[in-house]
Amino acid sequence: MALDSTPKGWRSGVRYALLIVMAVIILFPIYTTIIASLKPGNRVLRNPLVPDSFTLDVLGDAWTQGRLGRYLWNSAVVAVLVTAFQLITSIASAYAFSFLRFPLKRFFFAIFMATLLVPFEVTLLINRRTVDSLGWLNTYQGLAVPFLATAFGTFLLRQVFMQIPKDLNEAASMDGLGHWGFMREVAVPLVRPTLGALGLFSFLASWNQYLWPTMITTEDDMNTIQSGLRLLRSSDLDKPNLIMAGTIIAAVPILVVLVVFQRQLVRGLTAGAVKG
Amino acid sequence: MSGATKRRWRDVPLAVAMLGPSLVVLIAFVLYPLGRAVWLGQQRCNVQATKCRSVGWGQYTDVLMSNEFQSAVWVTVKFALITVPVGLALGVGLAVLADKHMRHIGFFRTVFSSTVATSVAVASLMWLFLLQPSVGVLANIGWLNDIFPVIKEPGLLNDKGTALSSVAISSIWANLGFTFIIITAGLQGIPRELQESAFVDGAGGWRRFTNVTLPLLGPTLLFTTVVLTSRAFQAYGEIDLLTNGGPVPQQSTTTVTYLIYGSSSIIKSNEGLKAAVAVLLFVILLGLSALQFRGLGKRVHYGS
Repeated sequence: MALDSTPKGWRSGVRYALLIVMAVIILFPIYTTIIASLKPGNRVLRNPLVPDSFTLDVLGDAWTQGRLGRYLWNSAVVAVLVTAFQLITSIASAYAFSFLRFPLKRFFFAIFMATLLVPFEVTLLINRRTVDSLGWLNTYQGLAVPFLATAFGTFLLRQVFMQIPKDLNEAASMDGLGHWGFMREVAVPLVRPTLGALGLFSFLASWNQYLWPTMITTEDDMNTIQSGLRLLRSSDLDKPNLIMAGTIIAAVPILVVLVVFQRQLVRGLTAGAVKG
Repeated sequence: MSGATKRRWRDVPLAVAMLGPSLVVLIAFVLYPLGRAVWLGQQRCNVQATKCRSVGWGQYTDVLMSNEFQSAVWVTVKFALITVPVGLALGVGLAVLADKHMRHIGFFRTVFSSTVATSVAVASLMWLFLLQPSVGVLANIGWLNDIFPVIKEPGLLNDKGTALSSVAISSIWANLGFTFIIITAGLQGIPRELQESAFVDGAGGWRRFTNVTLPLLGPTLLFTTVVLTSRAFQAYGEIDLLTNGGPVPQQSTTTVTYLIYGSSSIIKSNEGLKAAVAVLLFVILLGLSALQFRGLGKRVHYGS
């Protein structure tokens, strides 16, 4: 590798210097947050950059007073529900569009694709009324139902299904495998990597939702971690270290998810190509 | 019934069962609300939004011509013009910087990717703690305040000249992990031989970057630009948490999305106007994506 053979010493020195400067800048907000969350309240404004005292009490207080355990649980329930349903509904509809014959197929597919052009910000206003009239404010249904299906997932999986030769499907039906058997034995195993990426993308998108939970949650018990952080910010600005501790607690679960699913990450992020 | 017709209809029950659930959700929560918003956009409602009556399609023109809407569009455009180019340049810069086999490079890549784990609420609160004038970190560093008194009085988020840029910086930071990861993946997709043959031909580092790397990165850059732009146009959480659309009275950080949903938005109790703004936002975003794919699409090289 000609390019990577040791560059001249000073060049790699400059590169390291730049890398370190950028790393310091990027880590700075995270560093100050961690420092603040480990300091007792009366010390937080003094020497904000130096870890001159240490306590875990603030993290504990944020957990109990901020009710972050409850919020994290709500976020997890909603994100798991949304991810599971998005995967199931996407597989089902992608399969139907790829292997079934039925009238108006193109029309229905066009409907699915049209929904990709509509951003959440345009529909949430009306969706709040719908959820309200169903009596679903402050419920898991209310938080999850509008996002249980995704044309984007359908589109993504259909693209993989379309690569399966039609003959294979016909041969399977002759063997008496049927659609259910073909789906289980052939189609789903084939899209497994795509499902991983789609699953991670759906989970992150649902977990990170901010606007929707703040719109339909009025009871404290039903806040997600994102709307819960908003609550913490508005009630406790006089205790900045408490907010920072809450922020750290809120960030940890997703960090764990990303480390565990590292392999799906890049595909999961690029998967958003269509939805943006 | 002939055989062909029979085959055409045989799958219908199964198709209904498989498409049904998705169709119900997509129609009830995407298409119906879009149609309903278009209709609501020409109505005037009472404060509780229980009674609405049509006031005519002219309401859309009224909104379009209003100072509030135009100012929100202008703020949104400015926000995008800061966050997209800067975010993209930083992303490319970091990715190129870390695209070398060196010792400890894995550590730097992890650091540069790290902000992908922060939600908008987490990132915004971290920056709130940095920028806030009374309890914030920057305000409590003496020498920094001597150089930039605005940090303390009135505070970067409270000064109309710096509020939007401050929100933009927090937004750029929050998106940087994503941008870095995507562009790094794009760089790794570029065949090494191309770089090497350019090297053999005597092209220097900068020439190699502009003549080989950048053009082949085209599709990745297009994708990143589209995502960052749509994120900028839909930015809400950072504004809600950092500035509440203020500082007043200029509403220097009231973007279009904040105008619709913000708790201190000037139209917060007028459902009809909110719907009209939402529909106009939809039209703007449609036009924007058409524009991006046309304009940028032509200049993109889809390498082998």
